[in-house]
Amino acid sequence: MAQFEKANSVGEWLDQRLNIKTFNKVMMTEYWIPKDINFLWAMGVLLATTFGILIISGLFLMMYYKPDIKLAFDSVNYTIMQEVAFGWLFRHIHGVAASVVFLIIYIHMLTGIYYGSYKQGREMIWISGMLLFVTFSAAGFSGYMLPWGQMSYWAAMVITNLFGGVPVIGDALVVWIRGDFNVADATLTRFFMLHVFLLPIVIMGLIGLHFYTLRIPHVNNQSSEDIDFDAEAEKYLSGNKKESKVIPFWPIFISKDLAVLGVFLIFYFYLVFFHYSFAMDPVNFDPADPMVTPAHIYPEWYFLWSYEVLRGFFFDIAGIKAFDIGLIAFAFANGIFFVLPWLDRDSKILPAHKRPLFFIWFWLLVVDLIVLTVYGKLPPTGTNAWVGFFAAVAFILLFVLLPVITKLDQKRRG
Amino acid sequence: MRELKILAVVVVLTLITYWGVEPFAHSQMHPQVDPVNYNFEEADRATSKEAVEKATKALAEAEKKADEKAIKGAKTDLEAAQTFEKTINEFWDANKEAIAATPNVANGEALVTANCTACHSIESKGFPKIMDDATAAGAYGVSTPDLGSSGKIYSKEYLVAFIKNPALGSKVSHKFTDGRVHPMPAYELMNTPQEIADMVAYLQSIAPKEMTNKEVFVDACQRCHGLKYADMQKRTMGAFSPADDITKYMGKLPPDLSQYIISRGEDSLGKFINDPQKLLEGTAMPRVGLNQESQAQVIKYLEEVGDSKKAQREELGPKFLIYLVIFAIFAFLWKASQWRDIH
Repeated sequence: MAQFEKANSVGEWLDQRLNIKTFNKVMMTEYWIPKDINFLWAMGVLLATTFGILIISGLFLMMYYKPDIKLAFDSVNYTIMQEVAFGWLFRHIHGVAASVVFLIIYIHMLTGIYYGSYKQGREMIWISGMLLFVTFSAAGFSGYMLPWGQMSYWAAMVITNLFGGVPVIGDALVVWIRGDFNVADATLTRFFMLHVFLLPIVIMGLIGLHFYTLRIPHVNNQSSEDIDFDAEAEKYLSGNKKESKVIPFWPIFISKDLAVLGVFLIFYFYLVFFHYSFAMDPVNFDPADPMVTPAHIYPEWYFLWSYEVLRGFFFDIAGIKAFDIGLIAFAFANGIFFVLPWLDRDSKILPAHKRPLFFIWFWLLVVDLIVLTVYGKLPPTGTNAWVGFFAAVAFILLFVLLPVITKLDQKRRG
Repeated sequence: MRELKILAVVVVLTLITYWGVEPFAHSQMHPQVDPVNYNFEEADRATSKEAVEKATKALAEAEKKADEKAIKGAKTDLEAAQTFEKTINEFWDANKEAIAATPNVANGEALVTANCTACHSIESKGFPKIMDDATAAGAYGVSTPDLGSSGKIYSKEYLVAFIKNPALGSKVSHKFTDGRVHPMPAYELMNTPQEIADMVAYLQSIAPKEMTNKEVFVDACQRCHGLKYADMQKRTMGAFSPADDITKYMGKLPPDLSQYIISRGEDSLGKFINDPQKLLEGTAMPRVGLNQESQAQVIKYLEEVGDSKKAQREELGPKFLIYLVIFAIFAFLWKASQWRDIH
C-alpha cells in the first residue's frame, strides 16, 4: 500500500487516495485542444448539457408518469401539466430538449463532415458518434410514445410495422417488438423501460466511449491542420501561450464553450416558455385512438428526412414492390453515414472549402436533407410525391458518387 | 467575423427547415376557411354559394377529363348543392318576418310554457326536468337543454331560425334524410312568425344578465361533450347524455374537450364552434349558434381548464430569460479574460 501522511486539506486527503491532481491534469488542465476552432466545436458541450437536462427533467417526470395505456395520457396532460407544482416546466424542458438535442446533433454531424473530422485516425470518433445518434433516435422515439397521444400511437404503429419488411422473420419480429399483435399496453411498458433505463444507460456508456475516442487522435481543427500535440503542449506549458497551437480544455476551451452555452440556453428557454408547441405536435394532445387514423401521419421533424427516403419510392420498379425498395433505401440512409470515413477516398484531411468538388457535394447534401425534411411532412400526393422521389434518389446518388468525387479532388490537387 | 458568418448560415438553414416543417406544412395540411361570422344569415348564404361554385368547378374538371363516372358524381353533387342553396336562402327569407316582428313577451310566456316545457326544463322559472338526462337521451338521443339561459347565449336571429326549423338552423339537415327527423319538431309548421318572435322575446326576457364561463360551457356544450380535467376528483364534468345514446345519435362519441385548447388552438376552435361544417364537412355536430360573447366565454373556459398554467408560464418565462442573459454576459466576459493572453 502507498504511503499515507496526514493531509492538510480535503484536496490533499483526496489526492492521496484518488490521485485527483493527476486526474485533473489528464482530463482537464492538460487535455489539449487546438486553438484554431470556432463555436461549432462547442456543440459537444451543448449536447452533454442538453443530455444532462434531459436526464434530470426525465427523473422528475418519471415520479408522476404512469406507464399504463389507461392512465398515461392523463398522467402527462393532467397530473404533470396541471397538478404537480412546475410539472409543466419539467415537461416543457424535457420535450423541447428532446427536439433541440437533435438540432445540435445534426449541426455537430455536419460540422464533422465539413471539416473532415471523421477521416484517417478519427474513424472511431465518427463511429461512436453515429452510434450515439442511433441510440438517441431510439430514445427519442420510445419517449415520444409514452404520453400515448394520437400521433405517438400511430407513429409507433408505422415504425414497428417497418420491421415486418425484414425477410422471413418479419411478421414474428413485429409481434416480438410490440409484445402483442397490436401496439398495446405491453408495447407501452417495454418502451417505458427502454426510454428510462436501457437506452439512457447505453447513451451514457457511448458518451464515455465517444470522449475516449478523442483522446488519442485529438480534436480536429478549422484548417484540419495536423498538429504535433506534444510539442505544442510543451510550448504552452513553458509559457509560450501565444505561439502554441493548443489550449487546455480547462479553463480556456471551456470558457468559450460556456459563452456559446449561454447563447444556446437563451434560445432553448425561449422555446421552453414561449414556443414549446413547436416540439409538441397538436395531434398528440388527442388521446390515442386505435379506431381513428389521423389524416396525416408523420414523425417528429428530426426523423422526417429518413422517413421521406422511406416513402419516396412510391411505385414498383422492375418488379420489386415500392414498400421493399423504400425499406432498402431507408436502411441505406440510416447505415451509410457509418461508413463515411471509407467512402471519402481523399488521402488528406482538409476542410470542405479546400476541396472544390467535395464542397459542392457537402452543400448539395445539406440542401437535399432540408428538402427531404420539408417534404417528409407534406402529404405525399401529386408533385410532392415526385419531389420526395427525386430527393430520395439524389440522397443515394450523393453517397454513391462520394468516392469518385473525393478521389477527383485529390487528383486535381496533384 | 468568420464565426458570425458561420452562425448566420446555421441560423438561416435552421429557420428554413423550421418554416418548412411547421407553418408551411401545417398550411398545406389544414383547409383554409372563411373567418368566424356571427351573422348566420350572411354566413349561410355565402357558404352555400361557395359550395355551388366548388361543385360547378368539380363538374367542369370532370368534364375535361371526360370521365363518365366522375361526371355523374359531380352532377349529383352540384344538384345537391344547388338544392341546398335554394332551401337555405328561402329559409332565411322566411325568417325575416319573425326577426322583424314586434314581440309580445306575455304571449311568448304562454306559448313557451305550453309548447316547450314538455321536453325542456326552465329551472329558473319553476319548471324542473321532467325526465333525468339519461331518460331524455334514451328518448331523443341527446339530453334536452334547460331554456333559462338560451336568450343570453344565442342570438335572436339564431333562436328564430332554430325554433322554426332546428335542422336547418343548426346546419345538420344532411343528417335528417330518408325519413329521419330532428328530435325537436319544426315550429314553422305549428306557429306563425309572430308567435315564434314572441317565444324568442320571452326566452330573452328570462335570461340571466351575467353568466360565468363555466355556466356557458355547461349550457352550450356539456350535453354532448365531457370536460373531465375540469373536475378530475369528483368527475362531475362528464357529458350529460350517456355515451351509448349520444354515440347512436351522433354516429360517433363526441370527444372529451379537456385538451382541445391545445390540440386545436383558439383560432381553429373559434371557427369550428361557429360553423362545424366548415372544418369538418358532413360532421354530425350542429352549429351551436353561440353569439360572439358566449363563444369567447366557452373558449376561455376551455383554456382555464386545459391550459391552467398559462399565466404561471408567462410570468416565469421572462425572469428565466433575464437570468440567462446575465449568465451569457458573464460567460462572455470570462471567456474574454481567459483568452486575452492566448492570442
